[in-house]
Amino acid sequence: MNAAIRNSWIVAIALFALLFGSISYVQFFAVDSLNDNPSNQRQLVKNFCSSRGPILVDGQAIAESVATNTDCKYQRKYNDPLLYAGLTGFFSKWSGKYGLEDVMSPELTGNSNDAILERIAQIFTGEQLQGRSVELTIDSKIQQMAFDMIPDGIGGSIVVNNPKTGAIIAMASKPSYDTNLMATHNKADFDASMAELVKVPGINLFGSSAYRKLYSPGSVFKIIDTAAALESGKYNKDSILPNPAELTFPGMDYALPNYAYGQCYTKDKASFAFALENSCNTPFASIALDLGQDAITAQAEKFGFNDNSLGFPSAVEGSRFPGSQGVLDDAALAQSAIGQRDVLASPLQIAMMTSAIANGGTQMAPNLVKTVRTPDLKTVSSLKPEVLRQSTTPEIAAQISEWMVSVVDNGIASAAAVPGVKVAGKTGTAELGDGLNNAWFTGFAPADDPQVVVTIMMPQVDVPTGAQLTSPNASKLFKAVLKK
Amino acid sequence: MSQLLTVAKPRRNTELLLLILALGVSAMANALVNLNLGRTFDNDFFTQIAILSGLSLAFHVVLRFKAKYADPVILPVVVALNGIGLAVIHRLDITSGDTAATRQWMWTSLAVVAAITVIWFLRDHRILRRYTYISLLVSVVLLILPLVPGISAGNVNGATVWISLGPFTFQPGEIAKITLAIFFAGYLSSNRDLILLAGKKIGPLQLPRMRDMAPMIVAWLASVGVLVFQRDLGSSILFFGLFMVMIYVATSRVSWIFIGLALIAVGGVAAYQIFPHVARRIDVWVNAFDPAYIGADYGSFQVVEGLFGLANGGLMGTGLGQGSPDKLPVANSDMIIAVIGEELGLVGLFAILCLYALLIARGFRAALGTRDAFGKLLAVGLSFAVALQCFIIIGGVTRLIPLTGLTTPFLSSGGSSLLANWIIVALILKISDAARRPIDVSASSSPIEQLSPIDATQKEVPSP
Repeated sequence: MNAAIRNSWIVAIALFALLFGSISYVQFFAVDSLNDNPSNQRQLVKNFCSSRGPILVDGQAIAESVATNTDCKYQRKYNDPLLYAGLTGFFSKWSGKYGLEDVMSPELTGNSNDAILERIAQIFTGEQLQGRSVELTIDSKIQQMAFDMIPDGIGGSIVVNNPKTGAIIAMASKPSYDTNLMATHNKADFDASMAELVKVPGINLFGSSAYRKLYSPGSVFKIIDTAAALESGKYNKDSILPNPAELTFPGMDYALPNYAYGQCYTKDKASFAFALENSCNTPFASIALDLGQDAITAQAEKFGFNDNSLGFPSAVEGSRFPGSQGVLDDAALAQSAIGQRDVLASPLQIAMMTSAIANGGTQMAPNLVKTVRTPDLKTVSSLKPEVLRQSTTPEIAAQISEWMVSVVDNGIASAAAVPGVKVAGKTGTAELGDGLNNAWFTGFAPADDPQVVVTIMMPQVDVPTGAQLTSPNASKLFKAVLKK
Repeated sequence: MSQLLTVAKPRRNTELLLLILALGVSAMANALVNLNLGRTFDNDFFTQIAILSGLSLAFHVVLRFKAKYADPVILPVVVALNGIGLAVIHRLDITSGDTAATRQWMWTSLAVVAAITVIWFLRDHRILRRYTYISLLVSVVLLILPLVPGISAGNVNGATVWISLGPFTFQPGEIAKITLAIFFAGYLSSNRDLILLAGKKIGPLQLPRMRDMAPMIVAWLASVGVLVFQRDLGSSILFFGLFMVMIYVATSRVSWIFIGLALIAVGGVAAYQIFPHVARRIDVWVNAFDPAYIGADYGSFQVVEGLFGLANGGLMGTGLGQGSPDKLPVANSDMIIAVIGEELGLVGLFAILCLYALLIARGFRAALGTRDAFGKLLAVGLSFAVALQCFIIIGGVTRLIPLTGLTTPFLSSGGSSLLANWIIVALILKISDAARRPIDVSASSSPIEQLSPIDATQKEVPSP
């Protein structure tokens, strides 16, 4: 009988050995895969309910963690959310994190690589990690001004930046919304808000239209054509370009007309200055047909088109010049060269393009974070201007800059002028049909020592509305930033 | 009949020392809960420690008088488990606003008093053998009670295993575990010779006669009945496993194991085919991480949340009171192991498992040492039942096997379980007392043994 008891004992111990094995598996070997399981809310809740550092603009918190008396100890609160929704993004228990809340998350939680010593100390002291504060390059007055310039009901964007450092001074877009609705701890409230918000036409819940949305750039693309022409060596500043009333293509019944509003019809030959001042279409279409698709594509890419790698403030939608995707026929190439057809650009991309011209051909990486500080105000990192790419030569940039000044002084962007300051600019009117256009202005000032680039984009407006919302507003923004 | 020689020492002082250690563990666990959840050390804390100390010291003193030679490790192990369980239930109450800990304190007191009563009044465990068939009757009644309209508490979490008496609910199946073990031990110790000798031999296997199979069929039917009518898969497996181990120990025949396994296979396949709730359990187990199963009613939410909690705890745990068991359904009963694993980590769970293994080992040791077949069978049956119960519920929580609702002995919130397990401990202590008590006491029950030194010598020498 005792032998059988011993055997039963072995069975009982074998059962326990299995338990030791399964606990080891769950609590040691499978820990990472269980923590990463998409159904596992614990890690998110753990991060979600802890305190994060604030996001600051001019020393004021636009996003901060507020202590609650519930199980979830902190609630993320956004101040002036409509103004900053596109920059901060939001941090939601129910949908994840976006915008700066996503990109700057390691700093905001205190988990960034430079906090390694603090984290080691924390193992011994048991203190909670302290999030860093993130101060933005944004100027709250300019941001508010830009935001107010966009009429409600028009999904426009305005980007104001420093061409030498890449620092963004203002980045506003509409329609905006209250990000606090996304940050709520209450799932039912979140779902209800989400259901309402997705119905708003043109809304971008997960970032700003300024860098998440692409539009036909229209004539502002002619800056790239000009750079390509000068770089090719076939053209120089004194070149005379053909300027027919329309461009026809053999074997097609399509004709590309010249720009209707302006002085283009007065000449059948044009200088670069005249063609840019009046935004004539046929000279630039001719340049593109002459240089060929590859040259224009290469130049567009040197200014940042066809690049999806930019991750700031969060994934930037890459602007597209379709020349890289296959052979365009002549008509398509001609239309692409004037920023129509399948050419698409984000307002941020156009701002970067103009910044490269303003900065002597060197394109700086756009940047939003001025300083990162620990809770005891020690600066961990501060803005380091970073060269993104060389878009063109300093000489060509200087030449284009000079022509852009005459666009404001003598041409169709005259409303952007600021008394006593040399302003360089270029407008764009991308036709969408039904008399509606994407109205653009992009330019910089002062032209001899550029401090600020202003890019304004108003989609789906008629020509007079577009003209009224772009250049005059640019003038006001230049004045405000330059304090003139 | 055989037994092991043990040096006849009471070792009650060892028990006292270990008991102080166990009480220290319980007090520390409770203190940590209070500290980590920002509670003050109010009167409750000290009263509770005083109650647990008082109860266990009373038990210790009773053992000194009534079961002097009882195993010294069992009581401290059980006090430690019960104390940790109380601390964890208290911790869960703080988060959920429940008052389960108060009820658990009440039931602990009642259970310990019941166990002391058993030690005090049960002069010798062999007396229980007289109640073999009464135990069978009581078992049947206990198992049928939850199905009787009027006192049945109805379907709770998918199983019909509760009765309600006034303000209290009770799970009679927990007590049936004990009465069934008494019945099997009594029946098998009386009939083992018959079962052993009769029957055809086929190759190395000696098959039992059909009529000797009767009790096994009864046990099988009882288990299937529990499964079908009470929808309680865990208890069903527990009862049948209890019977299988007891008949194997009674006969030392492996053939019983094969017959038993065959019956399990037949019953299992049939249950899977016929009863949707059984098939559902298996499906949920296999597809636990499928979001469709996590979200479904009676789905895998519970087990998957438990696993996430265990993973969150990792090796060292989050610390008592620092985990997030608020997401876990039935955290203080079925899933208490997941809570302990999250907050005390793999290290803590291993410690708990070691305590169980120790308790079960001491139970088997009592079975090896005691001199009578009834005592051996009862000790093995009860110890194995505790082991199997731990395996079913902890294996279920860690997804080793499908999760079925069983309490974790001494840890889970639940009065019936505490009461039953403390009575089991009292019985094992009593049997270990008999096992370790020196033979040649003058008050021996059999005058023949006193007159016949040869018999007595034979009984003292272990069989090879």
